[in-house]
Amino acid sequence: MKKDTSAVWKQAIRTGLIGGSIVLLLALVGIIGTFKGRDIISGWISMGQILFLAPIFLFAYNAARRAEAPSKVGTILVGAISGLMSTSIAAILYLLGQIINLRAMFANASPDLYTMLTFGQGPLLGVIILLLAGVLIGAAGAGVLLLPSRIRKALSQAAIWAILLGLLRELLMVVISRWGVVAYLIRWIFAQNGLAPHGAIVVFLIIGAATYWSAGRKRVAINNLPPQQKKKRLVITLVVSGVVLLVLPLVLGIFFSEILDTVGLYILMGLGLNIVVGFAGLLDLGYVAFYAIGAYTVGVLTSPELGLFHLNYWQAMPFAVVVAVLAGVILGLPVLKMRGDYLAIVTLGFGEIIRILALSDWLKPWLGGSQGIQQIAHPWLWGLELKNQTQLYYMILVGIAIAGFIAWRLKDSRLGRSWMAVREDEDVAQAMGINLVATKLLAFAAGAFFAGLSGTIFATKLTAAYPHSFSLFVSINALSLIIIGGMGSIPGVVVGSLVLMGSPELLREFAEYRYLVYGALLVVMMLIKPEGLWPEARRRLELHEAEELAPGTAAQPAPNNAGQ
Amino acid sequence: MLRTWRQRITFSDVVVWAIGLAIAFMVVYGTIATLRLGKYSPETWLDLVITGLALGGIYALIALGYTLVYGILRMINFAHSEVFMSGPFTAAFLADALVKTGIWDRYPLFSLALVLLLAAVVSATIAFLLERIAYRPLRTAPRLVPLITAIGASFFLQYAFRGLYGSGLKGFPTLDVLEGYWSLGTIQVLKTQVVVIFGALAMMLILFGIVQYTKFGKAMRSVSEDKETAALMGIDVDRTISVTFIMGGVSAGVAGILYVILFPVAHFFMGFIPGIKAFTAAVLGGIGNVPGAFMGGLLLGVLESVGPSLFLDGMGIPAPYQLKDVIAFVILVFILIFRPSGILGERMAQAKA
Repeated sequence: MKKDTSAVWKQAIRTGLIGGSIVLLLALVGIIGTFKGRDIISGWISMGQILFLAPIFLFAYNAARRAEAPSKVGTILVGAISGLMSTSIAAILYLLGQIINLRAMFANASPDLYTMLTFGQGPLLGVIILLLAGVLIGAAGAGVLLLPSRIRKALSQAAIWAILLGLLRELLMVVISRWGVVAYLIRWIFAQNGLAPHGAIVVFLIIGAATYWSAGRKRVAINNLPPQQKKKRLVITLVVSGVVLLVLPLVLGIFFSEILDTVGLYILMGLGLNIVVGFAGLLDLGYVAFYAIGAYTVGVLTSPELGLFHLNYWQAMPFAVVVAVLAGVILGLPVLKMRGDYLAIVTLGFGEIIRILALSDWLKPWLGGSQGIQQIAHPWLWGLELKNQTQLYYMILVGIAIAGFIAWRLKDSRLGRSWMAVREDEDVAQAMGINLVATKLLAFAAGAFFAGLSGTIFATKLTAAYPHSFSLFVSINALSLIIIGGMGSIPGVVVGSLVLMGSPELLREFAEYRYLVYGALLVVMMLIKPEGLWPEARRRLELHEAEELAPGTAAQPAPNNAGQ
Repeated sequence: MLRTWRQRITFSDVVVWAIGLAIAFMVVYGTIATLRLGKYSPETWLDLVITGLALGGIYALIALGYTLVYGILRMINFAHSEVFMSGPFTAAFLADALVKTGIWDRYPLFSLALVLLLAAVVSATIAFLLERIAYRPLRTAPRLVPLITAIGASFFLQYAFRGLYGSGLKGFPTLDVLEGYWSLGTIQVLKTQVVVIFGALAMMLILFGIVQYTKFGKAMRSVSEDKETAALMGIDVDRTISVTFIMGGVSAGVAGILYVILFPVAHFFMGFIPGIKAFTAAVLGGIGNVPGAFMGGLLLGVLESVGPSLFLDGMGIPAPYQLKDVIAFVILVFILIFRPSGILGERMAQAKA
């Protein structure tokens, strides 16, 4: 379909300006400055520069794709204009910063940022180079569109891998130091800071070639295989992933075990919240309450500091879980009749009540007030105290395996189907003979069960429970991870936890901006991919059906927080 | 007769009523105990009530934003607390600049107007963009989807402002004119509190007037009744919704400045607690109802200010002031259980979207 020419240019300019605004935001919020010191290719390009240039590139690509210009020159021109628009916003920021002191207001409008924007050149030359770079990058973005899709895939995969390897260099070094000969090979591609230039070429070649090759192969979807083969594949996948999970902490060492523990606790929590939000559609923002109740109950029952009870972990854990489940039911009762947004805010209030009570002087003799509870017991198993990260990793793994199995079996059970019916339409569900009270309460109880369990492990891992560990942010983390993984999808919980909880731990610079990125991800995800990274099959069908009914809803330009 | 009555009452109703009665009993018992102790003088109570009214006026202005948006879109704008935060946080820098140039204390009325204007503009811009980017494309999506975007937008805005202006506390300069007390007979009232109460009242009247008596207000009310029919009558629904968000933003921005006049610091997280309180106020008064938001706000402010001393002190709870947020949350849960329609509202909490 041929579009009106002036509309195409307007579109290109608009897309470019949006891209530029995003660069502006990234720069002023400080993300670009934070990642400036991180070289991806040593001496050539840093993560900060990638974050600065990638939005320009991506928006130019997008502009070119939407323009559907008939000729190659036209496509490139659209990209170039979009890129020019993006960098001109950066240039305006730079010029403004030269005239007035923006730093009085924006903490991150530092001279360093200006140096980076102008590539270290003077004001005049710098601005010219900046604008020129915009044109070139925009044109390159549009140029990628003209390549065959196999090459495009290969290039983008290679770029992603190079960025990941460059970012995670230090951590990789720690891990591979145990690997002997392989270590030498891997070390060769790295420089002191990021990938070495020759390493980057090697990574590009290997990953690019591999992607090119695999993209050309014909893939048979697992669902289309004959049942025998399907089963065989499933068994092989399960065995392989089981073995990998078992040896993972041994291979990676203590630092990664710590990260895996955190991720694991969130998987456990996410599995529970997934039942409440994903299966039953009850948006619970006070989920942290049950986590806190689990942790505090174990604390109260085992800590000699308070001296109230002297149980060991295994004796205390069932109590803690039962208390959490009871709390789930008690919270569930008054909110049974409320609809989505009311429920969200009441549960949010409930979570805050629990935290404030734990923090108050009133309950200090029992809950320790602001100092929390210390000296919580480690679990003992066959004469072995489970106390270091690796041992706890296995404990969490067992917990996840059990919880995952329960969640998986529940999903297609009668109860699971009732939950989904309630999620879709309460009134219809009730008309079908579903007992709303029991169904909703069971969802809250199941969610609280997993959160309570997760809380007990958290308490015993830290050997302490502080009120500050149970802020609203835990709920928000859990909610974000199930939504980004895919609501109602069990593998989605795992993917979501790995991505959302793992990345801030791996990248300390990123940790500062985690909630900024989570917030943006929630919005962007809902706008362009509401079914999540690993969607549940049914939900995907639903959402795409809705899209077909209302065309244009998905086509809105979304603010894209490119990179991380 | 008795049998049908017994069938209608379920186990969960009994539990809910039991919880409610227990809370009611605690409130009555605590009140009587405190009054018998006679620890506080009548002046103290009056003082607490006036503090509560000032705070309540601010809650009412924020609550107005929730109520307007709820009335028109049937959704709770979770990010409204960030709309509230953005205005005063930005205006604090302008106030600083005015202090440096010496205008701040020389022309207090002018500076205050300037700061109010900036805060209102910033908050309104954020509210407008929020609706445009995060809510409008999802107007037909399943009900959970815009709610999640709202939560995401809330965190995004909080941390974006943290990144922009820094994570520290930003002091808001005090006005010399508003230092000290005004005496009314034996009682002394903080000048700031009086200004805040009257400021909130004036703002509220203006907004009420717009909603009730202007052509735009009529369009707004008809869109909230029925979008399709309103569109057929020639009302630009998208524009009406945008302007509603802008109005909510202006009122939140003004509320923000009044808030920093009372508590002279701004920071990126300042919106969270007032936001939830204001939501409670909106529900208390009956969400979707403008005078209801005002009444709910004032009532909540007073309850929260008087409550810890009145209900909890008598029960011998140490440091009852720590629990003042709990009071607000308990009120919220209480209303949603027993009168979800609020004081002045129609029944909405249980209605379907």
